[in-house]
Amino acid sequence: MSLFRADDIAIRFGGIRAVDAVSFDVNEGEVFSIIGPNGAGKTTIFNLISRIYQPSSGRLYFQDRDITEIPAYRIAGLGIARTFQNIELFANATLLQNLLIGRHCHSTVGVLSQLVFLPAVRREELQHREKAEEVIAFLGLERYRDTLIANLPYGVRKVVELGRALCIEPKLLLLDEPSSGLNVEETEGMGFWIEDIKKDLGITVIMVEHDMNLVRMVSDRVMALNYGKVIALGTPDEVQNHPEVVRAYIGGEG
Amino acid sequence: MRYLFKTDYRQDITLWRHRGDLFWYGLLIVVLLLIPYVLSEFYIGELGGVFVFAVAGVGMMLLAGYTGLISLGNAAFLGIGAYTEAILLAHGVPLVVTLPVAGLFTGLFGILIGLPTLRMSGLYLAIATLAFGSIVGTVFQKWDAVTGGFDGFPVPTPDLFGMPVQGANGIYYLSLFVLVVVLWLSANLLRTPLGRAMVAIRDSEISAQSMGIHLARYKTFAFAVSAFITGLAGALFAHYVRYLAPDAFDVLLSVQFVTIVFVGGLGSLHGVIFGALFVRLLPQFIAIIRDDLPFGIGRMPGLEPSLFGFVLVIVILFEPGGIYGRWIKMKNWFQAYPLKRRTSFRRQKSYARSERLR
Ligand SMILES: Nc1ncnc2c1ncn2[C@@H]1O[C@H](COP(=O)(O)OP(=O)(O)OP(=O)(O)O)[C@@H](O)[C@H]1O
Ligand SMILES: [Mg+2]
Repeated sequence: MSLFRADDIAIRFGGIRAVDAVSFDVNEGEVFSIIGPNGAGKTTIFNLISRIYQPSSGRLYFQDRDITEIPAYRIAGLGIARTFQNIELFANATLLQNLLIGRHCHSTVGVLSQLVFLPAVRREELQHREKAEEVIAFLGLERYRDTLIANLPYGVRKVVELGRALCIEPKLLLLDEPSSGLNVEETEGMGFWIEDIKKDLGITVIMVEHDMNLVRMVSDRVMALNYGKVIALGTPDEVQNHPEVVRAYIGGEG
Repeated sequence: MRYLFKTDYRQDITLWRHRGDLFWYGLLIVVLLLIPYVLSEFYIGELGGVFVFAVAGVGMMLLAGYTGLISLGNAAFLGIGAYTEAILLAHGVPLVVTLPVAGLFTGLFGILIGLPTLRMSGLYLAIATLAFGSIVGTVFQKWDAVTGGFDGFPVPTPDLFGMPVQGANGIYYLSLFVLVVVLWLSANLLRTPLGRAMVAIRDSEISAQSMGIHLARYKTFAFAVSAFITGLAGALFAHYVRYLAPDAFDVLLSVQFVTIVFVGGLGSLHGVIFGALFVRLLPQFIAIIRDDLPFGIGRMPGLEPSLFGFVLVIVILFEPGGIYGRWIKMKNWFQAYPLKRRTSFRRQKSYARSERLR
């Protein structure tokens, strides 16, 4: 069954067709990767899904529900979480606070009860904390719990961003270049986590990635993009050996 | 040095980290309650002024330090609170009503200024709030039927449970009470989803949005809370000055609030107290040394505002953590002595975050 569906979506910036008539389905429980050269429109697709950009045409469906008109701040509540290519953490807050902000969409207490810190607020805070601790244990972040993000090394921040997305308890997770800036070992670690996220947590993943080793390691299906258009879609091997894909990467202009 | 063993998640959401904290805060309150029996009236008056400015500083801190919205219009909020308080009291409304109403009424203005400025940030927001401040200032001057215009507005002495609140002592205790309540509310705010949403907006709007935070709603909320608290400070200010002049609520006052926040330490409630002490005591200090300064510098007009500006620039350049940041570093140094590390005390570079989507 398809969890997410993009139907003929398009957006242009000035003269550039950043995403041009792209359609794809993502099945429940799979890891779906998007590859393509720089500027192909991969991140733009994520920004369309998380409703930061408005598509000029086409529709987006999540769990058979049309989400094309839903405002960006309600996307997390529906169960779609994301990470950012250039890490968008809350840099002057601690790791724990970052994870707790990830719990925001699960908060139910009212403004006044928060101002006077009613017992209900305390109870909910403890539940959020328990969930955050689960994620910390899952990703092995214990020793950085109370460290400011600004003082963490790049590789750890990448993991924290993954953790913050997991705190949303999403059904669909969008990972924008999870391995960029990581060394070989860290990239492999990221690969194992993505597998665990899929198998143990049952979360469906859409991943934008340049590292073909990681793509082959975790992906069920791969979609290749060039100049905003889909040029190939299939298993990792099929896509990697597709003549169009080879041409896009080697020939550049094709 | 004290090692903190955490054995319960609850430890991270209480307001004090350990018994020692509770003891010191308790002692501080007791000392503050006893001070009027010891010090002379002049010092009690000055301390009352510090409390009033600290309340306004908390309002500014929530907005600028925690939500990242710099406002140069908070003096107008203070003015609205002050006039509301004075006018209501003049109509015979009791203090227990006027005080919260002054805050709530000013809070409405916070929403009013918050809504049109939702899409602005940084310099543009500062200019928009500056404009708001000068409009409100003009209204205070021209609407003399209500505000008394340049003739000023005498603030009636309020009664609290049958006792007149007057003199340095009355203002001192009233302001102290309001300050403690405001600090408690703010501390609660900061340990709940509301406060975390504000911090999220400050650090990254785009990912705040993707975490499910409604930017417009929380920015408006930040403005409303800031205005509410500054309005309360305004009501206290009215009693502190006892005679409202329409030109008291100008941009220089707003700059003083900004100074409290930056000099005290961005993003810390402790910093507000340090900042308020600094802002209130600097003029006193200038007054003392004024006659001893060479070349007649002491008699130059504008000495005070330029000194404020100078200190603000120095702090932003050399100690972005403010006085509170410096204090924490010193405390760590003494606790760790002699195991010091040079890098612990080096200035932290803080990089401006670029506004980017990709
Ligand atoms: N907000 C924007 N305004 C103008 N142009 C944009 C904007 N966002 C993306 N683009 C353009 O759209 C095209 C696709 O960009 P996108 O970021 O999606 O590429 P990408 O596939 O993620 O590339 P990379 O691998 O470098 O991350 C690029 O030409 C980019 O310049
Ligand atoms: Mg990209």
